[in-house]
Amino acid sequence: MNRILRLFGLDDDPSASPSTTRREALRQTGQGLAGLALSAVPLALGAARPARSRAAGIPMGIEVHGVLNFALLLEYLEDEYYQMGLDTGGLIPDAARPVFAQISSHERAHVEFLRSAVSSLGETPIEKPTFDFTAGGAFAPFTNYDQFLALSQGFEDTGVRAYKGQAPNLYSQDGSTNTVLTAALQIHSVEARHAAEVRRLRRMAGVDVHEWIVGDDVDVAALQPVYAGEANTTHLGTDATGVTNKNREQTTEAFDEPLAREDVEAIASLFIQS
Amino acid sequence: MPDTPLPDANTPSASSSPPSNGRRRFLQVAGAATAILAAGCDSDSGMDAPDAVILDFSSDVGVLNYAYALEQLEAAFYITVVDNFYASASDDERRVLTALRDHEVVHRDFFRAALGGNAIADLEVDFSAIDFDSRSAVLSAARTFEDLGVSAYNGAGQLLDDPSFLTVAGKIVSVEARHAAVIRDLINPMSADFAGDDVVDGMGLDVANAPGTVLSAAASFVATPIEMRNL
Repeated sequence: MNRILRLFGLDDDPSASPSTTRREALRQTGQGLAGLALSAVPLALGAARPARSRAAGIPMGIEVHGVLNFALLLEYLEDEYYQMGLDTGGLIPDAARPVFAQISSHERAHVEFLRSAVSSLGETPIEKPTFDFTAGGAFAPFTNYDQFLALSQGFEDTGVRAYKGQAPNLYSQDGSTNTVLTAALQIHSVEARHAAEVRRLRRMAGVDVHEWIVGDDVDVAALQPVYAGEANTTHLGTDATGVTNKNREQTTEAFDEPLAREDVEAIASLFIQS
Repeated sequence: MPDTPLPDANTPSASSSPPSNGRRRFLQVAGAATAILAAGCDSDSGMDAPDAVILDFSSDVGVLNYAYALEQLEAAFYITVVDNFYASASDDERRVLTALRDHEVVHRDFFRAALGGNAIADLEVDFSAIDFDSRSAVLSAARTFEDLGVSAYNGAGQLLDDPSFLTVAGKIVSVEARHAAVIRDLINPMSADFAGDDVVDGMGLDVANAPGTVLSAAASFVATPIEMRNL
């Protein structure tokens, strides 16, 4: 059987016809409830196309509220970080305050949005942990603006990778309205805007960095885990360097990579007081 | 996370189905209006307008082709910009616009390869409304394209059935969002505009647009007629 046609649901097997999309399959299982509430049910995949779903790597038993609480942890971290930065007199130059005020307002909104989303699923939002943005004394972000910027870049790029990694876990149960998935994507691109702007501020301050991620480059050694795997050039089984005349560096820049939840949590845990 | 291989019609495993056959078959399966298609695919019809391109959203291939169409548009735009920089372009603007061209070309080339025989034809673009000698016109158009691209991917994620396609769309949309932020900062430096209130709402959410909205906004820049099916 032609594999690409099967993958696209275009072969002659009626069980994989275009009308039997995953959305349809999920509807046909009769598990559809309304709106957010149904997403609280652990993602049990429709029986119509189990083989493809497994092959495509949807983990079983992922709970949407758990993913949202994971995101909430990162948003708590970012929200407090920027609030503390803005509240620290003399840290952020006046010229950069509009940028950080905007970022801060977004992170605060994300916290509120995620808390409300988790609650609407009938679950309890996690409490904000006690953060230590010095990571046990390794950083001094509130007395050193360069470090404030560097950590900010690390947090934003980590956020981008975290949301990207979790998106496939957020397909809603009945598929009719993927409210949660779409909202997560809408936060994801805001984090990417933040990351680019912070990188740009650093560039303007003389740091050798671009607004996008080049390979797995990192100018601050402590942030290396944030960029692990970013040099990947193979997507959907296609090595992108082999299908374009752009070079490897440019090809890596064109794709941001997801980061697994445990890797994100390992990064975040450095900033949580134990 | 490992990527799920996406064989395309150029790989040996799919060699039994030539690209042209794969595309025809897709279009047939996609169903509606075979007659219109046949007319649209007739390059000898003598019409001035380019042949129509069909985006059939009943399957992921249609959604990916939608992304491919947008990447074609963006790549063509930045190629034009870089081939004829406006006179006042600073070194920083040249760096940014050249990089954005490179990224969009990579996106375009990647989708073309990944879609293989299922890829839509090359779109004909129409940038006659853009004054490429004007800094403000170029940056304004760039902002439009980047914000539109972000909103398109954000809106299309839920249309994808295969999570590996969702992941690759995610890998690209955040780069588009980086572009949008940089362009906006070039237009209004050090302001809140990089993620301005015109694109990020009170809940901190970026814009998500449905394909119809996106293609309407892009229509004036694309000479090739685009027909949407099964949305």
